[in-house]
Amino acid sequence: MIDHDILIVGGGLTGLRAAVGLCDRFNVGLISKVYPVRSHSICAQGGINAALTNNPDARDDSWEKHTFDTIKGSDFLADQDAVEIMCKEAIKIVYEMEHWGCPFSRFPDGTIAQRPFGGAAYPRTCYSSDITGHVLLNTLYERAVAKGVKIYPEWFVTSLCVEDGQCHGVVALDMHSGELVPVRAGVTFFGTGGYGRVYQHSTNSLTSTGSGIGMAYKAGVPLKDMEFVQFHPTTLIGTNILMTEACRGEGGYLVNNQGERFMKRYAPTAKELAPRDIVSRCIQTEINEGRGFDHPLGRYIQLDLRHLGEKKIQERLTGIRKICIDFIGIDPVDEPIPIMPCQHYSMGGIDVNERCASEVRGFYAGGECACVSVHGANRLGGNSLLETIVFGKLAAQAISEDMEGGIPKPDEKPLLKLKDEVEKKILRLTAPGREKPYQLQADLGVVMDQKVGIFRTREQLKQAVDKLPELKERYRHVGVSSPSRHMNYELINALELEYMLEVAHTIALGAMLREESRGSHFRTDFNTRNDRDWLKHTIARMGDDGGPAMSYKDVVITRYQPVERKY
Amino acid sequence: MIKESAYTFKILRYDAKEPERRPRFCTYRIRVIPGLTVLAVLLRIRDEIDGTLSFRCSCRSAVCGSCAMVINGKLDLACRTQVAGFNTDTIILEPLPNFEVIRDLVVDMTPFWQMYDKIQPYLIRRSHAPEKEIPQSEGERRQIDQFVNCILCACCWGACPVLAREPGYLGPAAAAKLERFVLDSRDERPASALSLVNDEKGVWACDTVFRCIDACPKDVRPTDAIVGLRKAMVKQSFKKILGKAKDET
Ligand SMILES: Cc1cc2nc3c(=O)[nH]c(=O)nc-3n(C[C@H](O)[C@H](O)[C@H](O)COP(=O)(O)OP(=O)(O)OC[C@H]3O[C@@H](n4cnc5c(N)ncnc54)[C@H](O)[C@@H]3O)c2cc1C
Repeated sequence: MIDHDILIVGGGLTGLRAAVGLCDRFNVGLISKVYPVRSHSICAQGGINAALTNNPDARDDSWEKHTFDTIKGSDFLADQDAVEIMCKEAIKIVYEMEHWGCPFSRFPDGTIAQRPFGGAAYPRTCYSSDITGHVLLNTLYERAVAKGVKIYPEWFVTSLCVEDGQCHGVVALDMHSGELVPVRAGVTFFGTGGYGRVYQHSTNSLTSTGSGIGMAYKAGVPLKDMEFVQFHPTTLIGTNILMTEACRGEGGYLVNNQGERFMKRYAPTAKELAPRDIVSRCIQTEINEGRGFDHPLGRYIQLDLRHLGEKKIQERLTGIRKICIDFIGIDPVDEPIPIMPCQHYSMGGIDVNERCASEVRGFYAGGECACVSVHGANRLGGNSLLETIVFGKLAAQAISEDMEGGIPKPDEKPLLKLKDEVEKKILRLTAPGREKPYQLQADLGVVMDQKVGIFRTREQLKQAVDKLPELKERYRHVGVSSPSRHMNYELINALELEYMLEVAHTIALGAMLREESRGSHFRTDFNTRNDRDWLKHTIARMGDDGGPAMSYKDVVITRYQPVERKY
Repeated sequence: MIKESAYTFKILRYDAKEPERRPRFCTYRIRVIPGLTVLAVLLRIRDEIDGTLSFRCSCRSAVCGSCAMVINGKLDLACRTQVAGFNTDTIILEPLPNFEVIRDLVVDMTPFWQMYDKIQPYLIRRSHAPEKEIPQSEGERRQIDQFVNCILCACCWGACPVLAREPGYLGPAAAAKLERFVLDSRDERPASALSLVNDEKGVWACDTVFRCIDACPKDVRPTDAIVGLRKAMVKQSFKKILGKAKDET
């Protein structure tokens, strides 16, 4: 048994920021299934939003305007008090990251450079070329090393221990030794990231499975707004590697097979820089109506950067150029990039308040695995990196306060019991079984892509909802090839799959029940927003029958009454 | 229709928990469509043929640094290496050299991270933080560009001939990281910070044969860092001698 005052699960931006904020005063441990710098946060390209007013075109920007853009972008489903907190805090945390060494790109006057991004009235996205996630994550990891945070790299958390409304810690697998270890903690904080890999096509890392979300849910913590799934407009055909929104922020065009810049037709003012939900639907419509290009790997639209010129492309989109050359043999200086939309971000997640506290005592969550909610029905580009660092920091403050109030002592009995259960689960999974975990995951991905995608109908959603119990039944017959437990990635995958199936179930059912279109959730059979009946959050709890039980919760509105979204 | 071609993958397998079974090559035959990466094929082998195969991966887009290995004799990331990029239909995969193998293509990176921790890999400031950003010109920012790009994948460690004979050596990546901070216009580490690597296990151990530069998938040039650090050290010791001489008179 390992003991900590506070256990952080997740070595991405959220987890590291929380750990850095807590380690001076408490005995903190941080568990991550990959080395922290391998976390999905490393992939973020385009930037992080804060109203610094450095850009000459943004001198009268303000955190209030950032707040409004975020709320409008969210299609008014975000909790407005939380958005205000995030946008105000944004300015402080960007400067803090800079003071900690983050190498942002600079304007000629020596200030942090800022570029335009979708859905934002001002250019307020701070960046470092197109490797913003890389520089932010490295900077926070460097801070964690400077402060001597105790890290358990390549430990996989298998289950969350909750009993009588209190969290006692987790059970984890040390992937090097293969040992199963109960970890007791007064407070457990999850920064475990999104669930992209529940879909077949996703821009996310292969490790973005959402297992933390499913684990919390199985332990009795409710989830919020799971039906809101962001599909990114521009991902490279085939591998679905992201082509950052900065490609359009820097001036890139979207072009159909008629040579038309079609966004002019759909969003006359914002054009390519309309919010993602809208641009993704436009691209998919163009493709569905026969104006896409054909490719052996599917239909696509062109992202044309050629008019930006080699100098700008090389300087501001270095990584994008390299990815295109390495992965598809195209130099965007000479040729348009073939792109298609696919799953990108999880707006929903573990239901927490603006202090990152869940309804379970001693259990907190932040970042992409959580839903505060600041993104509502659609997240703006550059607001997610922001969320991870802001709420990592605020969670640390809230946890410090709550620790002072005295958190009840965690108990070892439920942990030992849980460890026995996990032990049995692993024995079952490592016995011969007729289902392979990867096959089941692939089948799940196809269901989610085809039935719970960009355009949704009741009929298809019903098919997905009906299919999930069938997939869960198949899961009972999963068996992995090797009984050894160290560096057994097939075993890890099998353990995660249980949670992925739960996560998928809450997405599909939430989407089926929500009979309106809002942000990323577009129902062709209910194609308008319906504030009278649906201006509310969906809450999913594990029901007695094993399926999700849904209820609803009011949206917090402070200053901005819902209006129609026009761009 | 897309045309598939047949490939043979030979993968070096070993499990440190079963030392009595010697390292051995396992052979997998697989049909591959054009454009697939080595990582994509590894995933298919694990998923469809042999679930016991062990390797690391995460981002699959050459930024997370998980999947460094030896591919037909060349150190690279499996995720950015095209299967069709070699003039042969046989692909041989081995774990990164200069590390202990844990299982198959998974090596124990502990020594790599120890060296990283050792050099104080973080911005050190002594002046008071300003209210806004610490100003930095575009030119100053450009100074650290190449070192900022390092993804800590350890290809350079695997390629280093010094590490092959001297296990306690600092290694290229940690030197590059240190230089990233030394060259950062905002960093205020004391000159004495360089003494951490100013010995025969530090920057002076490097053979300057540039293997690390060839191996880096991100165009970082660790040797530049090592040469830069050496120069700074020499300059410092001159200053010390001169300073002392002054004191004595
Ligand atoms: C390609 C791409 C580009 C993006 N670009 C931008 C951008 O430009 N701007 C922006 O604002 N947002 C961007 N995003 C979104 C943003 O990167 C993510 O939302 C954010 O980084 C998530 O951070 P996180 O800390 O919540 O989780 P992650 O970085 O995903 O970290 C999760 C951590 O949890 C650990 N973990 C998970 N499960 C377990 C378990 N069971 N046991 C142990 N450890 C576990 C993992 O090891 C990892 O350390 C982008 C996303 C993608 C996919």
